[in-house]
Amino acid sequence: MNHIAGKPTIDLKARYAAGVLKYRQMGYWEPDYEPKDTDVLAVFRITPQDGVEPEEAAAAVAGESSTATWTVVWTDRLTNCEKYRAKAYRVDPVPGTPGQWFAYIAYELDLFEEGSIANLTASIIGNVFGFKPLKALRLEDMRIPVAYLKTFQGPATGIVVERERLNNFGRPLLGATMKPKLGLSGRSYGRVVYEALKGGLDFTKDDENINSQPFMHWRDRFLYCMEGVNRAMAETGEIKGTYLNVTAATMEDMYERAEFAKELGSVIVMIDLVIGYTAIQSMAKWARRNDMILHLHRAGHSTYTRQKSHGVSFRVIAKWMRMAGVDHIHAGTVVGKLEGDPNVIRGIYDTCRETHVPQNLQHGIFFDQPWAGLKKVMPVASGGIHAGQMHQLLTYLGEDVVLQFGGGTIGHPDGIQAGATANRVALEVMVKARNEGRDIWNEGPEILRDAARWCQPLRAALDTWKDVTFDYASTDSVDFVPTPTAA
Amino acid sequence: MRLTQGQFSFLPDLTDGEITMQVQYALDQGWAVAVEFTRDPHPRNTYWTMWGNPMFDLRDAKGVMMEIDACRTANPDQYVKVLAFDSSEGFETVRMSYLVNRPADEPGFELVRAEGPGRRVDYTVRSHATARPEARHGA
Repeated sequence: MNHIAGKPTIDLKARYAAGVLKYRQMGYWEPDYEPKDTDVLAVFRITPQDGVEPEEAAAAVAGESSTATWTVVWTDRLTNCEKYRAKAYRVDPVPGTPGQWFAYIAYELDLFEEGSIANLTASIIGNVFGFKPLKALRLEDMRIPVAYLKTFQGPATGIVVERERLNNFGRPLLGATMKPKLGLSGRSYGRVVYEALKGGLDFTKDDENINSQPFMHWRDRFLYCMEGVNRAMAETGEIKGTYLNVTAATMEDMYERAEFAKELGSVIVMIDLVIGYTAIQSMAKWARRNDMILHLHRAGHSTYTRQKSHGVSFRVIAKWMRMAGVDHIHAGTVVGKLEGDPNVIRGIYDTCRETHVPQNLQHGIFFDQPWAGLKKVMPVASGGIHAGQMHQLLTYLGEDVVLQFGGGTIGHPDGIQAGATANRVALEVMVKARNEGRDIWNEGPEILRDAARWCQPLRAALDTWKDVTFDYASTDSVDFVPTPTAA
Repeated sequence: MRLTQGQFSFLPDLTDGEITMQVQYALDQGWAVAVEFTRDPHPRNTYWTMWGNPMFDLRDAKGVMMEIDACRTANPDQYVKVLAFDSSEGFETVRMSYLVNRPADEPGFELVRAEGPGRRVDYTVRSHATARPEARHGA
């Protein structure tokens, strides 16, 4: 510290005397620090224990997520330790939430191994989350510098190439998760795939916990599914796909399953978030090498993303997954059965799809994030959505999204094909109306009713699910609300 | 069969008034409209015959409609689609694609199965259209 120009000289002998110092005294709190363009930045929501000052808590987070341990060590003096220390440089009270602060921390680029989510996260969400002086800790957002982003492959395929491969432009893609999610034989399962694709969907999907169970082993599933996919392609002239879930116990098993999916002509394979960051990066590299789209189901994320006081915000997970290289990620529906505040979802979708995401506190985005040419991730909206919400889905989620209606396809009273057709007609009629300049947010129900006059499957779908909504307050919401100002 | 490629194939065929509105939407976004046609709409037949280059400098929907009509009139028994190209950063690709003409009799496809060991099947989707002599060239 003493050799940095413009900094006060400190007594190094006293600083490194054996014993315990406050983290802020060890150099982890630097309110004057100006983050560099190459720094990794993180903002945490901290809830200090009673009697712990927020600056000390922030310094402790910086210390425990970089170089520090609980006591002074003389071996610091063997390194350029000032460089490797993370620096807490700003603490703001969380609006309207006493006892919580946003702590901003800057990390030197050389703290991290290039191209490794595992290494990045081992620091940022490592030991620090169990640190006793904090009651709770949540990673709210990160700014990944361009220099670090450029060491990551990014999405194997990306939205643009996916659409070109699928020959599918100008509308959201349509999918459905096969139901019941567990228990069908391979032959019965393939039937559902065929009916849904023939009826008008682009994709069908294994659920996260379909792997290779006694009722249906994976090879059987793949063979029957591809029979359904190919027949639907021949009967419609469209490219169809089914997300074959290759999640398994070991990388060797996953590679074997993915290779078989490729040999059978599948355009897409699927993995679950629970396989871990390293396995996800391995599969992303495999997918890039083999011209496959890589779908990620975010199984497990709600254990740490949902509560605002402690854990990791999903917008950070989405950011890591774009770096790790997946092509699809489940990212919320706003209107469906799963957690999703509209502003939070907007921030997550922007993180997946934009080439540059500007700071927007009302969407939970704390930093400008340029994406440095990494491809775009297709968000997937899945969970308790149906054709009657099409105007809301298109308005909230836009065009580059996969809308997945599982129950809303397979639960249709006239059968799976009718369910798929209802969704496809609702989608096409809504995109057409939007392009024609109609106000779909307000006229949506009328647009759907008009189409239902000539489309019996849509009529039955609207009658069946007309008033189904999941109108609960979100637990994960943003902390900043727009305040009207004169200027 | 009814080919269901494109944005609006599950709807009744678009009227000229409806096509004009979609063209206008593309022009309003700053996209270039193009017209392409084929006898062989195989899902992986990427390069349909271009009815001229994309109309980068034509900003008037009526002018575009004249090109669409000319293509349909010259190729009444073929598939004709309208595309919109977006040159902006992050896209640089097709943003719209929809059919504006289809043959009265749509020949469809055959699914050819080549059976292999271990119950494995190699699938080929084959266009009936390409079996017809007149489609072998210029398709």
